[in-house]
Amino acid sequence: MKLMEGSEAIAEASIAAGCRFFAGYPMTPFTELLEHFAKRLPEEHGVCINAESELEAVGMAWGALATGARAATGSTGQGLSLMQESFSEITLAELPLVIFNMARGQQDYFQSTRGGGHGDYRHIVLAPMDIGEAVELTQLAFHLADKWRTPVLVYGDYLLAHVQEAVDITPVAFPDLPPKEWALDGTKTGTGASRIVSPLGFDKAGRPSEGIENHLRAIVEKQERIAAEEVRVESGFTDDAETVIVAFGPPGKFVKYVVQQLRAEGEKIGYVRPITLWPFPTDAVAEASEDTARVGVFEICAGQMIDDVRLSVLGRAPVTFIGGISTDGSGFGVGPLLDVELIRERILALHHDEPMPALPHNERQF
Amino acid sequence: MTSVEMRQVGHKLPELLLTQEHHMCPGCGEPLALRGYLEAISELGLSDRTIGVAGIGCYTSFSMSMDIDLVQALHGRAPSVATGVKRMRPDSIVFTIQGDGDMVNEGLQEVLHTAARGENVTCILLNNGVFGETGGHMTATSVIGQRTKNSLDGRDAAYHGYPILIGDLIAQLQGAAYVARGSVHNAGAVARTKRMFKRAFQAQERGEGFTFVEVLTMCPTGWFIPTLDGPEYMNDTLGEVHIMGELKVDGVVRSTEELHEENVRKAAEMEHALARGGIDDHHD
Amino acid sequence: MSANGTVTIDVEVCKGCELCIDACPPRVLTMSTAVNHLGYRYPELAPGCTGCQACQLICPDFVFEVFRAPRQAAGAPA
Repeated sequence: MKLMEGSEAIAEASIAAGCRFFAGYPMTPFTELLEHFAKRLPEEHGVCINAESELEAVGMAWGALATGARAATGSTGQGLSLMQESFSEITLAELPLVIFNMARGQQDYFQSTRGGGHGDYRHIVLAPMDIGEAVELTQLAFHLADKWRTPVLVYGDYLLAHVQEAVDITPVAFPDLPPKEWALDGTKTGTGASRIVSPLGFDKAGRPSEGIENHLRAIVEKQERIAAEEVRVESGFTDDAETVIVAFGPPGKFVKYVVQQLRAEGEKIGYVRPITLWPFPTDAVAEASEDTARVGVFEICAGQMIDDVRLSVLGRAPVTFIGGISTDGSGFGVGPLLDVELIRERILALHHDEPMPALPHNERQF
Repeated sequence: MTSVEMRQVGHKLPELLLTQEHHMCPGCGEPLALRGYLEAISELGLSDRTIGVAGIGCYTSFSMSMDIDLVQALHGRAPSVATGVKRMRPDSIVFTIQGDGDMVNEGLQEVLHTAARGENVTCILLNNGVFGETGGHMTATSVIGQRTKNSLDGRDAAYHGYPILIGDLIAQLQGAAYVARGSVHNAGAVARTKRMFKRAFQAQERGEGFTFVEVLTMCPTGWFIPTLDGPEYMNDTLGEVHIMGELKVDGVVRSTEELHEENVRKAAEMEHALARGGIDDHHD
Repeated sequence: MSANGTVTIDVEVCKGCELCIDACPPRVLTMSTAVNHLGYRYPELAPGCTGCQACQLICPDFVFEVFRAPRQAAGAPA
């Protein structure tokens, strides 16, 4: 057990999972994750590069992945915006990139789940609610990335990055995976059997090539299999709930806490906490909305996950947004809305079909 | 009459080429550079540990015909991918193959940073002063007066700005150990360029830092000229601005005067050697 | 210079760029009048080749195979 901030715990969990390459560019609140990797990877005979830009960071990770290494990159939303072309092409090249978004709120939901880049791709998105879960999900990320040969994004935030907890980095045991025959080491050069890692669906001359159309379809077909098998969600008190609240990440933990409190007071309220944002737990949300009077969605942003909630609820119950934009004076961190009392007030307002209280205002602005 | 035994000179195809077929235009200079670096790799005995990283341009199709373990990168992004490969496989020989649009437009910061960091990789630039694959548009290396599809009246300094002499720029960076600019406008230049490839890979082998070989290549299609006029057009346009030669050797930058003098001398040497019956491929 | 060389020409892969014509120092290559299956004219070899390899070096389509007899043997007494 060691007292460590979330960024350190995530770095340690990555190393426990076998990550030996990281490249990143400083940006608040992601910077500390880069610092921890920079300190620890060389100690584990790994490599951490301070890339000169986010574009180069993801490129370097791409190269490391192509050699068969477990590799990761990360940033906050703005930095990840710069990396999107590479994310979509890395998905097509079927490389197991792990991406950390230490986000400035929950407004990167679309970026993460719609695939902020071009094309039909999706990648797995895991949303831990606290540091303990982040340690597990980080290790799961590296496993799922290799299992499916696809990028996995871990959606963190300022709170996860900076809160300190006593943590035990217990390595999680995963099923064995086949060796990476596709990985490049130069040894097949000149043999007639050289390998190519490419997003384009073409193989070396003389070998059958699926071509770009078949390749794109095959990737989508793989994503459909991922969606069928890798949904993770936590639900509570939904069986007889009259109001169900959907929330993810640390705000999801706040909602869970408040709902538990309200249940203890006799209120028939339940919650659904998506752990995979993609694949979204459509069935769990649909089921929870079956016999309920109302569904509320709490997000610290203008409302993005609510679209997926609406698509899951499909009119079984009205869906209301009870979150909002809330940040601190810098715009990087935690705003006043992430507060047990305020969340409780908003959930109860919805539950009693009363008008939503005004959003709190952050008084300190830079 | 005595029958004299003839021996083969050179190879029809480089060892590391899987197929003779390619889709480059008639008169394209890129396959000449391709042959040069593939033969350099085999002749130096580096085949069993070489990994390539390809950018996006006409030459991207070489990814499929090179018998090399290869990662396909995005436009401009090969140097960072090469960095990741080399850091995880430091015993391998890693090179990038990129065009001027890819490297000097989209990817300028990538190649400069990779050079400044002194990454032990070899970046190879095929410079024809146009975006060939999209149909012949101006790049950051196009010269003043050069007519392209989006500078139809010729590149104008006031409107389009000035070309970047990327080889010269990289030579200024401390992390760059060997920087050379070759050309494929005639047989002698092709032979000289192959030697530059060899020296670059040898410097990488010795771990001396970043190595760079730029090659001026003909693009008659992108230049809207007949194939036969390619070499002369290139000499009169790109060749006047992007000067051929070994720009930096053993960490020392060489002067333009030195380069000019050497170019004149070597061109004559090559011409005489060919006229006498051949360039000795192992001559340094 | 001694005419102690020869080349084979892979006519069907030539794309008719004609770079070899000018590149050949003894000027023993001329373009055909016939065309290959791609529709391009291709080089044809006249006597006088020195095996200098210039054509192979300048050809973008890997058309040429070059052969050369050792120079001291050429012109030796029969």
